[in-house]
Amino acid sequence: MRLELGKIFIKDVQFGSKTEVNKGVLTVNKEELIKKISGDPRIASINVELAKPGEEIRIIPVKDVIEPRVKVEGNGGIFPGWISKVETVGSGRTHILKGAAVVTTGKVVGFQEGIIDMSGPGAEYTPFSRINNVVIIAEPIEKLPQHEHEAAVRMIGLKAAAYIGETGRNIQPDEVDVYEALPFFEGTEKYRDLPRVAYVYMLQSQGLLHDTYVYGVDVKQIIPTFIYATEVFDGAIISGNCVSACDKNTTYHHLNSPVIEDLYKYHGKEYNFVGVIITNENVTLADKERSSNYVAKLASMLNLDAAIVSEEGFGNPDADLIMNCKKLEVQGIKTVLITDEYAGRDGASQSLADANPAATAVVTGGNANEVITLPSMKKVIGHVEPADVIAGGFAGSLAKDGSITVEIQAITGATNELGFNKMSAQGY
Amino acid sequence: MSKRRILHYLNQFFGQIGGEDKADISPMIKEGQVGPGMALNQGLKEVAEIVNTVICGDSYFNENLDEAKAAIQNYLDEVKPDLVIAGPAFNAGRYGMACGHVAEVAAEKGIPVITAMYEENPGVEIFAKYAYIIPTADSAAGMRKAVPAIINFVKKFIETDGEVGSPEAAGYFPRGIRKNFFAEKRGSLRAVEMLIRKLKTEEFKTEYPMPDFDRVAPNPPVADISKAKVALVTSGGIVPKGNPDRIESSSASKYGKYKLTDLLEFTEDNSETAHGGYDPVYANQDADRVVPLDVVKEMVGEGKIGTLHDYWYATVGNGTSVANAKKYAADITKDLVADGVEAVILTST
Repeated sequence: MRLELGKIFIKDVQFGSKTEVNKGVLTVNKEELIKKISGDPRIASINVELAKPGEEIRIIPVKDVIEPRVKVEGNGGIFPGWISKVETVGSGRTHILKGAAVVTTGKVVGFQEGIIDMSGPGAEYTPFSRINNVVIIAEPIEKLPQHEHEAAVRMIGLKAAAYIGETGRNIQPDEVDVYEALPFFEGTEKYRDLPRVAYVYMLQSQGLLHDTYVYGVDVKQIIPTFIYATEVFDGAIISGNCVSACDKNTTYHHLNSPVIEDLYKYHGKEYNFVGVIITNENVTLADKERSSNYVAKLASMLNLDAAIVSEEGFGNPDADLIMNCKKLEVQGIKTVLITDEYAGRDGASQSLADANPAATAVVTGGNANEVITLPSMKKVIGHVEPADVIAGGFAGSLAKDGSITVEIQAITGATNELGFNKMSAQGY
Repeated sequence: MSKRRILHYLNQFFGQIGGEDKADISPMIKEGQVGPGMALNQGLKEVAEIVNTVICGDSYFNENLDEAKAAIQNYLDEVKPDLVIAGPAFNAGRYGMACGHVAEVAAEKGIPVITAMYEENPGVEIFAKYAYIIPTADSAAGMRKAVPAIINFVKKFIETDGEVGSPEAAGYFPRGIRKNFFAEKRGSLRAVEMLIRKLKTEEFKTEYPMPDFDRVAPNPPVADISKAKVALVTSGGIVPKGNPDRIESSSASKYGKYKLTDLLEFTEDNSETAHGGYDPVYANQDADRVVPLDVVKEMVGEGKIGTLHDYWYATVGNGTSVANAKKYAADITKDLVADGVEAVILTST
């Protein structure tokens, strides 16, 4: 598998008569976009707005963020199982509108979606304040059950990203990154003197609005399996989450999966990065045992020396994280874990719901309970009322002056456990 | 800025009242400095002044905790110090515990506390989160080193406006308080670099040392459930319709106590979930799915369960800190025990 990622840098976004990219400016024909993503009888209305870095704009409640991409060469198309057929992706060439994203919002789905501030102190915590966002406001029909609402808005976001991504098809990229993922035996032959490293990619699958999909399959229903690292760059994994926004991976995070990008930095020099084990975080003990046993088994079949294990979510999945760690370490496979923390607003509580002495190497995305006050913004896209009830909010979060005092848990991507951000925490 | 006003806490011995025979004296307050307070005051004279000294017997403090803490509270309200210094307590266990309790009371009022102890003093482990505890030798022979260490720390605390830095850099026992900061590199790269060091068996530093968990042993079974009084408690967020206490969907800051005597079962009209960690549709349709009120009432009717407590208790477990969860559990348990409840059906989600 050899995948070229052609990055087209987007400096600005605007509405216009033709949806296109010209000299780094993305123009969107609003009517055409709305037409492309309309038609779901569960959705009453759709509107589109723009939000750019530095603007005094708050987007709330944010459901998903998706990067526009288009497959220009090679097998399959973007978002297999959703927008494209379920061909195996991850080879050929894909163009990316780097610096642009589709953000979905509308009436709150559950308790759970997040906040993106395009400026002010909250902007520091979310990577999406630094990109040009095309915001889709999709309002559901009355009395639509939450899971139907989530499914409808999820699909609208993917369609919008694919439609906008298409503008990059015939544009000469500003930069091209090449990723090579070799078949296992070829790789071990080529890098015979190097230790073997894999990425154990834990995907949110607690259900009830905590969901992830791989090639269109609900991850709850998979048994852990092995994929080429490049498959995720073409949208093999997408988000179905509407939950505590700080540490759920948006589809954007999966498309730009940072552990994979950074493991490639030292691939062939310090180690042989053999690929990715994807696993789930189901809620029953039997599921947890089965999945962690499978992770350990795949790791032994691949004769791994070490692995990075990343978590998604908190509480219940802490148990999966620790099981994966223990079962790898006991086989002599060295692990580094990536998590975040719920140490209380004062930072004085235990950060995880499970722990084990085997977990000697842990990277943290920070304490999600820290409280922040987000000043009022000139413009709100979406609905500000959920501030009191989204995860991280509390009665009185939304002040009369429009400012919001919340835990950073409410900010989209704030404590991401793929290691997308620079934030960490330390003991005092 | 004017000189900071410091209140100093000492036990009967360092407070120059007497030895073990005076360990049962009740708290008293004096103007100015006493004992080691003289040297501290001298060293701090440019930036701060010990305005009052509180002295209490070690036995009295530990055996009359409520009274002793109330007295400390009153002194703090009267004096309104900018800072509290307690000890140094070296390896004196009861003195260390007293210094710790003083720190807890002051911390609740937002007053910073600086104390000093030997690393094995039980006060270190129990109270580190309330105070900056500076390491000392294990006996008062270490006073000559402890005093300048406290002086230097207090000066640093004042100079930096409380931003003293990490435990290693500033020389105090880690307080177990997690604080966020922005690192130079993103988390994924930090993980890859840590992995390379671990592979090469080079030294690396974890960003989160694993905590020691307290494991709760299950109670023995109820001898005869058909005679027992049973209560329903949940972290699944089941509250009366409208969530009257506005319990948060995540990181709950409270729990609720709700009367159930008028209810036969939970219905869409009388209850809902406040929990933000799961799709609420099925819980809102029928909250018995989370708290089995209907089945328990049936079983009470059939004589299989003795009686049902008149209230159910609910909070939201989602993202709620261990410290808060412990506090709610302690409060709820007190209530249940007072009402003669013998068994609890505790449901989570």
